[in-house]
Amino acid sequence: MTGWPILSLLTFLPLVGVFFLLMIRGTDEASLRNVRHVALWTTVVNFVVSLVLWAKFDYAEPGFQFVEQAEWLGGSITYKLGVDGISAPFVVLTAFLMPFCILASWTSITHRVKEYMIAFLVLETLMIGVFCALDMVLFYLFFEAGLIPMFLIIGIWGGSRRVYASFKFFLYTLLGSLLMLVGILAMYGTAGTTDIVALLAYKFPADMQWWLWLGFFASFAVKMPMWPVHTWLPDAHVEAPTAGSVILAGILLKMGGYGFLRFSLPMFPLASEYFAPFVFALSVVAIIYTSLVALMQEDVKKLIAYSSVAHMGFVTMGIFALNEQGVQGAVFQMISHGVVSGALFLCVGVVYDRLHTREIKAFGGLVNRMPWYAAAFLVFTMANVGLPGTSGFVGEFLTLMGAFRANTWVALFATTGVILSAGYALWLYRRVVLGPLDKPELAAIPDLSRKEIVLLAPLVALTILFGVWPAPVIDFSAASIDGLLQQTTAAIESAGKAATLVGR
Amino acid sequence: MDATAFPALAPALPEIILAVGALALVLVGAVMGDRSTRLVNALALALLAAAGVAVTIAPDAVTFSGGFVLDGFARFMKIVALIGAFAALLLSFDYMERLKFARFEYAILVVLATLGMMLMISAHDLIALYLGLELQSLALYVIAAINRDDVRSTEAGLKYFVLGALSSGMLLYGASLVYGSTGAVGFADIAEALKSGEASLGLIFGVVFLISGFAFKVSAVPFHMWTPDVYEGAPTPITAFFASATKVAAMAMFVRVIMEAFPSVTTEWRQVVVFVALASMALGSFAAIGQTNLKRLMAYSSIGHMGYALVGLAAGTPEGVRGVMIYLAIYVAMTLGAFACIVSMRLKDGSYVESISDLAGLSRAKPAMAFVLAMILFSLAGIPPLAGFFAKFYVFYAAVNAGLYPLAIAGFVLSVVGAFYYLRIVKIIYFDEPTVAFEPMTLGARAVLTVAGGFTLLYFVYPGPLTAAASAAARSLF
Repeated sequence: MTGWPILSLLTFLPLVGVFFLLMIRGTDEASLRNVRHVALWTTVVNFVVSLVLWAKFDYAEPGFQFVEQAEWLGGSITYKLGVDGISAPFVVLTAFLMPFCILASWTSITHRVKEYMIAFLVLETLMIGVFCALDMVLFYLFFEAGLIPMFLIIGIWGGSRRVYASFKFFLYTLLGSLLMLVGILAMYGTAGTTDIVALLAYKFPADMQWWLWLGFFASFAVKMPMWPVHTWLPDAHVEAPTAGSVILAGILLKMGGYGFLRFSLPMFPLASEYFAPFVFALSVVAIIYTSLVALMQEDVKKLIAYSSVAHMGFVTMGIFALNEQGVQGAVFQMISHGVVSGALFLCVGVVYDRLHTREIKAFGGLVNRMPWYAAAFLVFTMANVGLPGTSGFVGEFLTLMGAFRANTWVALFATTGVILSAGYALWLYRRVVLGPLDKPELAAIPDLSRKEIVLLAPLVALTILFGVWPAPVIDFSAASIDGLLQQTTAAIESAGKAATLVGR
Repeated sequence: MDATAFPALAPALPEIILAVGALALVLVGAVMGDRSTRLVNALALALLAAAGVAVTIAPDAVTFSGGFVLDGFARFMKIVALIGAFAALLLSFDYMERLKFARFEYAILVVLATLGMMLMISAHDLIALYLGLELQSLALYVIAAINRDDVRSTEAGLKYFVLGALSSGMLLYGASLVYGSTGAVGFADIAEALKSGEASLGLIFGVVFLISGFAFKVSAVPFHMWTPDVYEGAPTPITAFFASATKVAAMAMFVRVIMEAFPSVTTEWRQVVVFVALASMALGSFAAIGQTNLKRLMAYSSIGHMGYALVGLAAGTPEGVRGVMIYLAIYVAMTLGAFACIVSMRLKDGSYVESISDLAGLSRAKPAMAFVLAMILFSLAGIPPLAGFFAKFYVFYAAVNAGLYPLAIAGFVLSVVGAFYYLRIVKIIYFDEPTVAFEPMTLGARAVLTVAGGFTLLYFVYPGPLTAAASAAARSLF
């Protein structure tokens, strides 16, 4: 417990930036520059604060740290924040990715810059809030409020089919979330509290767990997104501006996985066990089917979007393996995917800014003009494939191992997904980067600018660092995951014992 | 109780202020003629404010031989209704002057309608209830048609009158059936009479007729048909008045009668209320999709919102009543904010537009107004952290707690449909290119929008007091 509320600071610091942005008037070049700098420095400072959080984080503590609590809605619904080893990495990841988003939009966003930056800063507040919230209503508030800025980001600054994509994104996610809200209300009514810490200790009756699990599943499965409710994602990704895609792939998708770990597993352990085969089936279908779909894409962003769905399949598979490797791998995979997919979208953004197209056919032979770009893109492609030595490998390996221990067949089918991902990712790389440079419009394409190198270099470093030394992330979350799994398996076992006793 | 004794007047202080004040204003108007319009308007505002103060200081009691009650519930609802009336008046003045039908009677009629609402909220027997209802309705029929040179306004007034009279008749018929089978008109006496024994067929018919009458007044499906036409036809600020204050009073009367007089026949009325709520939510969501006129859209929106509020009533618990109260308070704020924007859609030549497509590109021309309107629309759709989310949260919490899971799930699914048409407006405001330019907002509209928008946007920062007030007030019915 620190003396000052670091989590509230982290959550609401971006709003201070918003306040300063609102002070800036005018649309001339100078004030636009101010707008960009204010946004950038706000996110950088926030990232530094998140590093303080990381430094002060107690790795050995399985429970919640930095807990803050205040009166809010009255009754038992309070403003309560706190992080444990599962949520803290996501907080840091969010704060880490935001400066990249601002930088990626530095020159590519030309109209309504101020509103754009405000939307992003508000979104940062809401995303960090999701991972810090320790009250279900507060969690829901942050979780769903994120729809508003994202809707505007896609709809105002998106591509040609932005309206369709933004509506689909909004309505899909809203429908899922509202079913979760029914679950939250029912839990509030039954347990009499919305405090997540108290609910983690509360044992819901088995038949109620099933319904609650399904309600929460509806929300997280859409957010994740799991097959077959993933169709909003490719549209949203393709139409969103680069930074929007980065946030979408990097953070928003992780909320689903985080939700499974925070709510579904520990609060409804019996239902989680009961539905695990169902989740396995969906995950395997997601991994194989969306990988096949990715193979056939003609739009770079769409291909990466489908590959995200496949990678999230590994995450759900790992989570519901209900063992240490699986869950650990899922968390690692989410962090790694946050960095890698974000970086891939940034790479797409780099060429999109130059050519204003994302058609794979429009590219080819970029390596001849853009060697640095080719190198960076290669690292991220390999990480996406899951090559050993990159961060992608660790997550995929751990989730597969966890799945193997739970169900050999699932692991077998999921592993084919790894092969398929190599197929689409390497093919994409060949078509975009390798080969002769024979398209006239590519003849004068410049390599990475200094700004773009600054943008991509840390991500390259991180991808390789986590690949060879995954300990920072794994140590971060190990204690909390242990605690989570102990609790879950204990609940499952005691229910099993009770069943055998009744059976006798 | 001695029926001949003079009743205690203190609990009815706000009503007395409004009644005496309205008569005084008639005198002022009659002496000074139309020159007095501005003076009467200002005095009417002062009267409403004074009534608001009086509501907070008047003592809780049942008086007038059990016909009138002031309790926490009434206090809460009266304040919300007064706020609605006050804001609607603020929006009216400039509008009427520009369209050249400013008359001193208008403000007086609003005060009289408000007086009727206060009586409806405080009514404690069926006769007082009917008196209040008719006072309110007659005043409303006239102000719906106050722009008498406008075909749409007169049509709205006539339609409102014919259908409103029909609904009053139904309500009266239901009241007489209830009286016939219980022998009582006081709510407490009816509840007492129903405590023992089965509900008779006559009583059930009576309850159904009563509910039909109430459903008419809150414009719930299947008695909603007048709403879109009247909302569209009536002058915009008056529509704001219909959508805010009137709805509060009608809903308050609905809740009080059901909770105070018929707590022992819950199974009988609940199925009717559940049906009405579901049908309203569904129609409000689906029918609004095709609308092009903002006021018509707001009519369907209000039908839907009344459906959501009725979900709380269907629960029939203190939490449910609390949910209804919070819902109405937040609904009034959102509605007034939305209408403040609609009233501000005025062009250079002094005319007003009201179609949705006229909002195109508002975010460029008027960023502040566009932002607040967009937030109000998101709030109407029930997206957190805006106030509309909390409104839905409390009613659905009550419904889930009462075991009405199918109703809650259906309500949530329908709210996604509803979200679609609110989003469509946001899309037009933010994504489309500007077409027409509006005049700057008037002071009144700006004030209403600031307060309503601020409330909607920042409710989540400090929601405790409203919840606590509503919780305390809801208990007074049980």
